[in-house]
Amino acid sequence: MTEQVRLTVNGVAHEITVEPRQLLVHALREDLGLTGTHVGCDTSQCGACTVQLNGAAVKSCTVLAVQVDGGSITTIEGMAPEGGLHALQNAFWEKHGLQCGFCTPGMIMAAADLLAGNPDPTDDEIRHGIEGNLCRCTGYQNIVAAIREAGSTLRAGAPVPAGAQD
Amino acid sequence: MIPAAFDYARPTSLDEALVLLARGAGNAKVLAGGQSLLPLMRLRLASPGQLIDIGRIAELRTIRDLGGGATGIGALATYRDVLDSELATRNHPILATAIPMIGDVQVRNRGTLAGSIAHADPASDLPAILLALEGTLVIRSGNGERVVAVEGFFQGAFATDLGQDEILTEIRLPATPDGAGMAYRAIEQPASGYSMVGVAAVIGRVGDSIGYARIAITGAGNVAYRAMAVEAALLGSDGGAAAIEAAAAHATDGQVVGSDFNADAEYRTAMAQVYTRRAVEAALAAID
Repeated sequence: MTEQVRLTVNGVAHEITVEPRQLLVHALREDLGLTGTHVGCDTSQCGACTVQLNGAAVKSCTVLAVQVDGGSITTIEGMAPEGGLHALQNAFWEKHGLQCGFCTPGMIMAAADLLAGNPDPTDDEIRHGIEGNLCRCTGYQNIVAAIREAGSTLRAGAPVPAGAQD
Repeated sequence: MIPAAFDYARPTSLDEALVLLARGAGNAKVLAGGQSLLPLMRLRLASPGQLIDIGRIAELRTIRDLGGGATGIGALATYRDVLDSELATRNHPILATAIPMIGDVQVRNRGTLAGSIAHADPASDLPAILLALEGTLVIRSGNGERVVAVEGFFQGAFATDLGQDEILTEIRLPATPDGAGMAYRAIEQPASGYSMVGVAAVIGRVGDSIGYARIAITGAGNVAYRAMAVEAALLGSDGGAAAIEAAAAHATDGQVVGSDFNADAEYRTAMAQVYTRRAVEAALAAID
């Protein structure tokens, strides 16, 4: 049995045919070729697969593709126009918020959810906001600094690309 | 891992879902936010033959004012919906402080309160909170509706009073006494974030003494429970440090305290007492 799923990803409408058991993360990576969303664990813990679904951060490994029929998704590829960087991406670069980079897309998508609701978070609020995301190399200090920096940049009025704030 | 194959149905009304569920005859599971069920299916610890996705049933996506300080939380209300609900957090302030301790932001964005209750993970925080609030559950099947207390609903780890043809449609939280203070305190396993012990306290004063106490504990026994002996010891006391300490010593009275690789029974018992004391102190401090 397969199902037709219509979804808008980074502003582009798609229609895909999936088995009901297909996870959203696999639909994004394999059907749509958006491999910036990572699979880091098998237990819904690491957050590397975090995307925004209808404006809220979710773990795309813990959502079935069929559940999001009609939904709107933003992945890391949709955070900034081609060739540009979102304030969060730029801050992760400037503050050295990554070493291997594997957790980074999920960190940025979770941070975007945090900053959308709380533009000026304390360090404690930042750490609480990314508690669903695991980094195994940098050690969080620079990730927190990057999110703080991005919040500051966004508050100062840096343009937020379409899709990143809905 | 990818779940085992299953049939998928997405009804658009509760009645339609109940018909499908009755027809599924024990082979079907109800899917709401999926934050408990899908991880189990991915690990192949659960392999239902059919998922009935109730996620599009608009009548279940409600947070209702039941009047007089009572709230109805529909089956599809997520943790985030409740946190964002001025009504729910005003009526029951413990929700505003306790829900951020549950899961993580991604889980709270998608997970539902009713789903957590129906799933009945013995380590989940919510059962203690609903027990202390004296919540009730609205349960529907093709045969009609029944309303049961949260107390008595949990029958064991992942086992509840919910029949195979029934859907938990609403959690109802009655008004708490005017001026009551409430708090939730939990010790979490550092890696998983699961509570090893969690304690919810709702406490009111009458004059200088404690006139109302509801204490509920998750993680210590095989299901969350009301700590009646703690409540009895608190009632009529002055709520001072010695009275709280003496009451908290009864945190696990009558319970068979579990052991696992995170915490043996001795440690869990000690932590139940410590976190009972902390929850009671915090609830007293929160009294208006």
